[in-house]
Amino acid sequence: MRRVYFDHNATTPLDARVFEAMKPYLTDAFGNASSPHHYGRLAKQALERSRVLAAEAIAAKPEEIIFTSGGTESDNLAIRGIAYHRGKGHIIASSVEHHAVLKTCQALERAGFRTTYLPVDPHGRVDPNEVKRSIRKDTVLISVMFANNETGVMQPVAEIGSIAREHSILFHCDAVQGIGKSAIDVEEMCIDLLSLSSHKIYGPQGIGGLYVRDGTELSPIITGGHQERGLRSGTENIAAIVGFAQALSIAIDEIDTYRVTVSSLRDKLESELLDGIDRVEIHGAQAERLPHTSSVGFSSVEAESILLHLDLKGIAASSGSACTTGDPEPSHVLSAMGIAPERARGSIRISLGRENTEEEVDYTVSVLKDAIKQLRSISSQ
Amino acid sequence: MTEESSKDLPEKPPAPASPPAGPILFYNEIVIEHFTNPRNVGELENPDGEAIVGDPTCGDQMKVHIRVDSNIIVDIKFKSYGCPGAIATSSMVTELAKGKSTDEALMITDDDVVLSVGGIPERKKHCSLLGIKALQEAINDYLRKAKDLG
Repeated sequence: MRRVYFDHNATTPLDARVFEAMKPYLTDAFGNASSPHHYGRLAKQALERSRVLAAEAIAAKPEEIIFTSGGTESDNLAIRGIAYHRGKGHIIASSVEHHAVLKTCQALERAGFRTTYLPVDPHGRVDPNEVKRSIRKDTVLISVMFANNETGVMQPVAEIGSIAREHSILFHCDAVQGIGKSAIDVEEMCIDLLSLSSHKIYGPQGIGGLYVRDGTELSPIITGGHQERGLRSGTENIAAIVGFAQALSIAIDEIDTYRVTVSSLRDKLESELLDGIDRVEIHGAQAERLPHTSSVGFSSVEAESILLHLDLKGIAASSGSACTTGDPEPSHVLSAMGIAPERARGSIRISLGRENTEEEVDYTVSVLKDAIKQLRSISSQ
Repeated sequence: MTEESSKDLPEKPPAPASPPAGPILFYNEIVIEHFTNPRNVGELENPDGEAIVGDPTCGDQMKVHIRVDSNIIVDIKFKSYGCPGAIATSSMVTELAKGKSTDEALMITDDDVVLSVGGIPERKKHCSLLGIKALQEAINDYLRKAKDLG
């Protein structure tokens, strides 16, 4: 069957160049980076070279990069790390954060921390003035994502960063979906902690990183053999780290071509859907967005049914809503934007990648037209 | 460890009697077939009984129309808003009810529906309840109207 992959915000295929760079560390150079012998030195060299590459990608210093198992762990290390170090206080996060941030904040509430969740406007943006208003004497951390995973809507990160800096509050930014798609400079944006992931940018799964600004004190959440400056114990996954650094480096080098390729495909997709199907809306279209993400809402139909029709025709996309339980809750992101539950429940996320083609977009639009027509013909609404 | 006790150890772990019965994660072919080609879709003009259950703001919705002749459901139509599980089970409910007496149709359970579609993912079990509820309400609507007329 013909296969079209439009779910790059879930994960991406591994870049062949990245795989090549990883290979030696999956075979002959298998050492433990903490070992003092030849094998250990090879691993250690690869680890530190990777740290330099990763740091360059975000204009940071190598010693400011901590390798983790991925975006979720990076978010946990940033938020819990600051919270555990401070012991108590107030945390501000946006209401459209990934669950890796939201559930972590909720867990800290149970441990006595206070939280404020910032609302977003109908286009999905946080108002920097709202950040300012939410700051309290005991605020220890502000956490706002670079760009949203469901809508691609970008937050005014630089403005929020400078507000945090003015008030001497630490600023954490989850850039899992933003890195490699839009330029990120931790200095310019006053970011103290930045979460990164490898598998959204054609790197391997199970690896990521946290940028920790020099002088930022935080407690580890995983203790043990003191790897990664004691902030992330456990033998480093060298092959994955090498792959991550390589993927990051390629993503930054090729960012301009990437943006042109995917944004033209995304724009084509959106305009053809808006022209070809009634009662369609693009969530967050008025805001500045990442170039590859489209959150499309169809009225009178349910997302999972649309996705099954697409899957039966070989097209992989995803749902804006997490309909994984018996009680299907509409997406917290779309709800926060004020989108009615029945509209949110009919929303799908199409996230493009650099290997997609115009022809794949045409095919998907035509399959979607048929699917929506069929589902609406049986819909009770 | 003594020689005797080591003899008691099985040489290899015993094979399971049957494959582990885990939850069904994906839709099977029958569900997908009913989802792509749902039976009895539509509405009836002047139905003898009708019902609409569920609320699209918080879940699935199903509308059922029935035509009853001498207490037999001679025709049934549905419309449904929801996930593939809801659409497929709604379709199956109409198939099971068609041709049955109202008393027989009232006895159909959600388990019957799940069995008829060859199983459904655990998290989608609730979907089959919606179709049953809609069918029962449509029959009760018919019985109420018939009683009022009688």
